[in-house]
Amino acid sequence: MKTAVIVFPGSNCDQDMYYAIKDGLGEEVDYVWHAETSLDGYDAIMIPGGFSYGDYLRSGAIARFAGIMPAVIKAAEQGKPVLGVCNGFQILLEAGLLPGAMLKNKHLKFICETVNLKVENNETQFTTLYDKDEVIRIPIAHGEGNYFCDDATLKELEENNRIVFTYSGENPNGSRADIAGIINPAGNVLGMMPHPERAADALLGSDDGLRLFQSILNHWRESTHAAYTS
Amino acid sequence: MKKVKVYITLKESVLDPQGQAVMQSLHNMDYKDVKDVRIGKYIELLMEDSADVAEQVDTVCDKLLANTVIENYRYEIEEEVHS
Repeated sequence: MKTAVIVFPGSNCDQDMYYAIKDGLGEEVDYVWHAETSLDGYDAIMIPGGFSYGDYLRSGAIARFAGIMPAVIKAAEQGKPVLGVCNGFQILLEAGLLPGAMLKNKHLKFICETVNLKVENNETQFTTLYDKDEVIRIPIAHGEGNYFCDDATLKELEENNRIVFTYSGENPNGSRADIAGIINPAGNVLGMMPHPERAADALLGSDDGLRLFQSILNHWRESTHAAYTS
Repeated sequence: MKKVKVYITLKESVLDPQGQAVMQSLHNMDYKDVKDVRIGKYIELLMEDSADVAEQVDTVCDKLLANTVIENYRYEIEEEVHS
């Protein structure tokens, strides 16, 4: 599986993402600069955390119009796995690949701590190696992770099992329905505020995040195997 | 040239944590008459004269300047006087 990690000016979790895939998964991975215009040849796309374009105007608002974004949208439409973490999630929201928007954290503080996350849906290609309702330990680090959507969108997310992760116990940022991560209707674009790439090695305090990347790899192997044998 | 003054505000249904913090501070300073604070953005655009200035402003507000999931916008178009 060949993975692209998109790098914007101001990305700062790109190297964590790179090493989670290279060393954690043992798979091929490249950095792709935001000014590139093609993602042909990549099987999976990662949009890392950080402060793209200084978070000017709104988090993710300017990155959404970067040169690489039409290729990200194309990859999403082709059904390739697209994972947006933290600022990556904010960019996916601004790009309209996922519904809703981010507000400043309820108590305004930038929160950097490891939280308990509940796996609400373990039937996505990102979560098959987790148990349903399993509580995992993953770090968060954000000032604007207060997920907001209107009532109709929330109902749609709930009814179609598109809420993949929720905060378990105390909600750190005031997000609607304790949402920490949601997926698109096709099930190949996941946005989440917590950082699985920062929890991909027990040495870092938790390796609960590694199974997310392993789930993507398993799904990719199964789908390419099916393509060869059919 | 036209000067466009764009005002971006959070929708009424959206909680404004920044505004709440500022209101709390004002109350702590004893300005008890302040009953609500909502914080928004003010953006000035200087634009070439053209027949469709308003149309262009609507487009850039919808696409970039405002996030219409959580924000409303309004604007005023003024004649920019050259000095």
